[in-house]
Amino acid sequence: MDYVCACYRSCGGAAMVNRAINFRHSGLFDWIIQRFSAVVLAAYTIFILGNFLLHADMDFHAWKSIFDSIFTRVFSIITLIALCAHAWIGMWTVTTDYITSVQFGENATVLRFVFQFFVFLIVTGYLIWGVQIFWGS
Amino acid sequence: MKDKRPVNLDITTIKFPLAAIASILHRISGIGLFFGVGILLYFLQISLRSEAEFDRVAVLLDGLLMTSLLGLILLAVIYHLIAGIKHLLLDLGIGESKQGAKTGTIIMWIMFVLVTGVAVGLLW
Repeated sequence: MDYVCACYRSCGGAAMVNRAINFRHSGLFDWIIQRFSAVVLAAYTIFILGNFLLHADMDFHAWKSIFDSIFTRVFSIITLIALCAHAWIGMWTVTTDYITSVQFGENATVLRFVFQFFVFLIVTGYLIWGVQIFWGS
Repeated sequence: MKDKRPVNLDITTIKFPLAAIASILHRISGIGLFFGVGILLYFLQISLRSEAEFDRVAVLLDGLLMTSLLGLILLAVIYHLIAGIKHLLLDLGIGESKQGAKTGTIIMWIMFVLVTGVAVGLLW
């Protein structure tokens, strides 16, 4: 609340409304989430590629046992959440950089919003689908 | 009120040094992976259903089209990962100078080629 009041004093009312429209509390929060999630994603990528190296001729049973283990399940779900956050922040950043009035004139805001809406739908879809795959069976 | 200050964020008029190309590729690979993840989840889901389905996916992935598609996703993963590590190092204040940026980008490209070579050699 202190933070909000401080911002109100320093940025003024219009800036507050802008911040509300942007659905954002702070860019610093996104910055940290993007980096934490990146480390998780890197670790998982190495984990999966490492599994391919350990099982030179991967068959169904080896493959299934990897994804049946509780370790992989928990790691996969954590990574899935990290992926969704990472993808959302990344795509949000890209849309706000490239779908602007410089490139698209006065339609930019609507276009960006529609694009971000589809990104949101896909990210949500990945989350539900992923939980179904990693935890469902 | 119209803002009359000159704005040069028109990407068609900006010069692209090596570090800028590396950065834009980080974004392009990221956008590619945003959709690529869907393809990976799809194959993962099918491959975990049964032995027959697993074998079906294995045959499908051996085809030229799917090999290219998966190879492209793998390239994007490797590039995005290595460019991301470089980004994290920059956050820690490593390689921030002008010369450091050039050296960092060159190291990044060497790492990309090396890791890609090793990955392709081991997986195929």
